[in-house]
Amino acid sequence: MLAKDAVYARRVGEYAIEVLIKLAAFSSIVITIGIIAVLMTETIRFFQEVSVWEFLTGREWTPLFSNKKFGVLPLFAGTAITSGIAMIVALPLGLMSAIYLSEYARERVRSILKPILEILAAVPTVVYGYFALQLVTPLLQRLIPSLSGFNALSPGIVMGIMILPIISSLSEDALRAVPHSLREGSYALGASRWQMVFSVAVPAAFSGITSAFLLGVSRAIGETMIVAIAAGLQPRLTLNPLVPIETVTSYIVQVSMGDTPTDSLEYRTIFAVGMTLFLGAFMFNVLGAWLQNRFREIYE
Amino acid sequence: MYWVRGFKIVFEKFMNDIYRHQNEPWWVRRASGIDQVVRYAGVLSILFGVVVLVVLFGQALIEGFPRLQLEFFTSFPSRIASQAGILSAWVGTIWVIVLCALMAVPLGVMTALYLEEYSSRHLLSRILEINIANLAGVPSIIYGLLGLGLFVRLLALGRSVLAGAGTLALLILPIVILATREALRAVPHSLREGSYALGASRWQTIWHQVLPAAFPSILTGIILAVSRAVGETAPLIMIGALTYIAFLPQSVRDPFTVLPIQVFNWVSRPQQAFTANAAAGVVVLLGITLTINAVAIWLRHRYQQKI
Repeated sequence: MLAKDAVYARRVGEYAIEVLIKLAAFSSIVITIGIIAVLMTETIRFFQEVSVWEFLTGREWTPLFSNKKFGVLPLFAGTAITSGIAMIVALPLGLMSAIYLSEYARERVRSILKPILEILAAVPTVVYGYFALQLVTPLLQRLIPSLSGFNALSPGIVMGIMILPIISSLSEDALRAVPHSLREGSYALGASRWQMVFSVAVPAAFSGITSAFLLGVSRAIGETMIVAIAAGLQPRLTLNPLVPIETVTSYIVQVSMGDTPTDSLEYRTIFAVGMTLFLGAFMFNVLGAWLQNRFREIYE
Repeated sequence: MYWVRGFKIVFEKFMNDIYRHQNEPWWVRRASGIDQVVRYAGVLSILFGVVVLVVLFGQALIEGFPRLQLEFFTSFPSRIASQAGILSAWVGTIWVIVLCALMAVPLGVMTALYLEEYSSRHLLSRILEINIANLAGVPSIIYGLLGLGLFVRLLALGRSVLAGAGTLALLILPIVILATREALRAVPHSLREGSYALGASRWQTIWHQVLPAAFPSILTGIILAVSRAVGETAPLIMIGALTYIAFLPQSVRDPFTVLPIQVFNWVSRPQQAFTANAAAGVVVLLGITLTINAVAIWLRHRYQQKI
């Protein structure tokens, strides 16, 4: 009898644990629903007062002034220009690092260099912000005297350094997934290593590298502290990287630092622009993940 | 000038590498020359990042060194730059991080256990997987908005330690899940089958075989996730972690500040005196995150050698 009870107790215990684990697994769904619900409720309330058309096409963004204008384009321009500069810095450097690590470096060298590169991704973003404002901007001002103290160029470059490890490690994964038979075929036709790399390995890994690029863009548009510290807080519809601008993310920071009353229209703006940011990042992530899976399917 | 000579030696070695094949026909010469250029471009790309890191740390150290006294760690923030310190900031960081790990780690590990050990490959687990991958890509400031809507307003926790820890827990949850899954996947199936063959139940197999075998990798993942949480600033600004706190939190319902927010506050002030404080804060923050990462890398390295 006792043994039977023990077995029974054990079964109940097993069942309880299984239920607990299942519940935990659905927490991630709850989080997603939470994000969408929070963003949606406030965004809908925002759009009850401001028309979607005005929001998406307006050229002026002055929700905190007495003459309120809700045109989000200046914020988009700020995000586009800082992310653009970041990708111009990160893509060539990241791709070259990936090519070196995957095609040229010996295993020992690689095992030392790779963790060092990964540390760049671990540096807190507020530290990068300090770096952009205190070191890179003064340095750039010596080269470009017309550069203002807050600008898009310096945070863009620093953001590129931050994204470099992401581009590098994802591109390296893509290059490593290219089967050796392709490389050997290229060598057999008399190609040298760089010819093999640029005419066979990189094109074969192209969708993986594009995916790395897209995931990098997604990181760049969501990056907050670097731009909040070094890019200024002046929404401006321009593609000039030398003047102060404001990005979507730094606007959200600006409002939550100030004493804007909650439950006001100004306050709801951060949820509306947050929604656009969420959708933008989501789009780039989905595209990137789709491309990543596609190249995996081709070669596995 | 030693460095000039050093540079000359490196330069000559580089030129030698390029012209090593002088007696070969031109196409071989060109190919190997370009190969060297590509190789050096790769090395320089990686070194560029490393140099940036070293310059950053060096500059912050020089700028902030005079402030890195014991008083800096034992004083509250102050209007007078030379008397300001990071006491409330580092105590707040410890409060928030410990609470955050207590929330995120059990939940994350359990989710990973479900996906790897319990679920059969149904549509449902596929949806979960996609969902978690997407959550990992959501910008951190969006988690701030979620924390603001969910913890601060809906659950009425206010701008408290608990709200901050909850927000960061949501943020690092996908990272913990992904790292744990990777660790569980690396445990060989023979181990599980051996355990089942001896009559162990599913949970006994997980608890006595799978989790101990995967423990070092899981720990590495958790450490990296915690390092991410230590450096996060934006989501905590969103939920209203204050920048001027002249007391220590006594309970989870108290307001708080953390190190990165204190640094942000000092960086954004125009006065030169506060820049030194910011630099000192940067040194402390970088020191913490680099140490945590070094530990994680060392742990991973050690474990890899064992297998």
